[in-house]
Amino acid sequence: MTSINQTLDPAGGASASPAGLRPARRRPFSRAAENRRKWYEIIGLTTPAIIVYVMFVLVPMGFAVYYSLFRWRGVGPPTEFVGLDNYTLAFQDPIFLDALRNNAIIVVGSLLIQGPIALAVALLLNRRFRGRTVFRLLVFVPYVLAEVTVGIMWKLILTDGGTVDALLRSLGLGSLVQAWLADLNVVIWTLLLVLTWKYVGFAIILLLAGLSNVPHELTEAAEIDGANWWQIQRHITLPLLGPTIRIWMFLSIIGSLQVFDVIWVTSVPAVRSLGASATMATYMVDNGFFARLWGYGNAVAVILFVISFVAALLFQRFLLRRDIEGAITTRRVN
Amino acid sequence: MAANAVLPPPSSNRRPTSWGSPLTYALAFAIAAVSIAPVVYVIVGGFRTTPSIVANPAGLPDPWVFDNYARVLTQSDFWGQAFNSAVIALGTTLAVVVLGVCAAFVLARYTFRGREVLYTFFTLGLLFPAGAAILPLYLMLRDLNLVNSYFAVILPQVAFALPLTIVILRPFLAAIPRELEDAAAIDGTGRLGFLWLIVLPLSRPALVTVGILAFVASWNAFLLPLLVLSDSSLHTLPLGVQNFSSQYTSDTAGILAFTSLAMLPALLFFTFAEKQIVGGLQGAIKG
Repeated sequence: MTSINQTLDPAGGASASPAGLRPARRRPFSRAAENRRKWYEIIGLTTPAIIVYVMFVLVPMGFAVYYSLFRWRGVGPPTEFVGLDNYTLAFQDPIFLDALRNNAIIVVGSLLIQGPIALAVALLLNRRFRGRTVFRLLVFVPYVLAEVTVGIMWKLILTDGGTVDALLRSLGLGSLVQAWLADLNVVIWTLLLVLTWKYVGFAIILLLAGLSNVPHELTEAAEIDGANWWQIQRHITLPLLGPTIRIWMFLSIIGSLQVFDVIWVTSVPAVRSLGASATMATYMVDNGFFARLWGYGNAVAVILFVISFVAALLFQRFLLRRDIEGAITTRRVN
Repeated sequence: MAANAVLPPPSSNRRPTSWGSPLTYALAFAIAAVSIAPVVYVIVGGFRTTPSIVANPAGLPDPWVFDNYARVLTQSDFWGQAFNSAVIALGTTLAVVVLGVCAAFVLARYTFRGREVLYTFFTLGLLFPAGAAILPLYLMLRDLNLVNSYFAVILPQVAFALPLTIVILRPFLAAIPRELEDAAAIDGTGRLGFLWLIVLPLSRPALVTVGILAFVASWNAFLLPLLVLSDSSLHTLPLGVQNFSSQYTSDTAGILAFTSLAMLPALLFFTFAEKQIVGGLQGAIKG
């Protein structure tokens, strides 16, 4: 990875030959004119992207912080300044605390369930056998489906007396039948399973990519030395897969903290409003957008943002630093 | 490294593929079944009648009924919603690719003070969750009078797709050999001409990858359209599926048919563009 990174390093490419050695253009521009022209090009080409990015990514978060300090129904400019009250209110609301707990369950549950499954499936599909391309394709199907379709699909399958219940009964496991989406103690675990089904394919894609980067020379050498398949995976493949696993964990954690679509569509509003199936994002939309508590909703948005941001930075700081040089962290070797 | 994922893989080390062991196949079939059984169930269920689904949820169609699909295609807003989804997804894709390639070109091929700061500034966007910004985003679009227009979905989607696009494109554009740029300069072509005549054609695989990632994300998007498109004539397919399922709760067969039809474009698209989607995701993590 490092060696390829170096050859592709944009900075390296650009600074390879000093500016003075550049071939002459049509007319010998004066240095100042050429410099001015360069800056026109730089500004002209980057400005549209910068404007859209600043306006729709950065500015809204700034506004969220501002709005969160008001009690505001969204009509006219916010006037009723309440300081940090919205934040203290959120942390006193048992429903919000339930949402936090649910997010924690989804973060940890996704890592613990998807990780081992994805690793096993990726190792299996990394073996050379006829038809493996088709199997790879099928495993990724849930990941490309829209969250909404996945949600509705599972909602129908899990409905009371639906397919899952019928299958369990026909297998003689009728005692396992639950009110999958209505039982307040069960629903979050049901949703965790749906999320696992939806997103484990993503982990598999990433791990397969990581596996394809493991040099054949290493595994072949080990094979010649008499190592069996398990030993090769354990002592060669897995250690080399470390960076990929850490990047997947990072993406999974951030995604789990923000999860909205599948939860929103699959869970019943009544169950959600009791907190049993709420997440921070559904809580935010329910309160901010639908109940029109805009100040409060924006406070929840800021909390969600800060939690994701801190999680990302911590992960970045302690686990990812060597894996994605250049992206996000500034320290890039020029 | 990102460039690596979109370049054709080197064809070294190709051993002839052989049949795997029965155990390998058994496991692979089991995994594939878990992945697609629910999808198959939905598609097949669309060919049944609601009473027979209620009576026997796990049964097969007997007889096969085409009425549900016909009903969705002729009597619902399916086509209008598919059209809206297509306009928004194509608009998003086009804008992301154009803005992304311009910015990435500057970040890859120009040497100037503040370049790395600008790059970091863009990559920071990877840490800004789109979900968290949705409420202030809605308020801003409302104040700009953009709510209930295609732009209300397209512009934020472009903005949130830009960081990843730039992270994927920059190393790819930087890897184009400097000799080509010098040759273009000797022929009297400026850097903009170089971008248009040489860089764009050469980087087509990377552009296709970022385009497809943006397209799929936009096609599947739910939260943003849910908030900013209250006018039902502008609804996209994900909103349509959700509305249909909550409006006709008792019409299980109809919901199954609608859901399958809404899945179909994504499934077809994925079959044709699987390499780019997978390559793009793989490239993205290593940007």
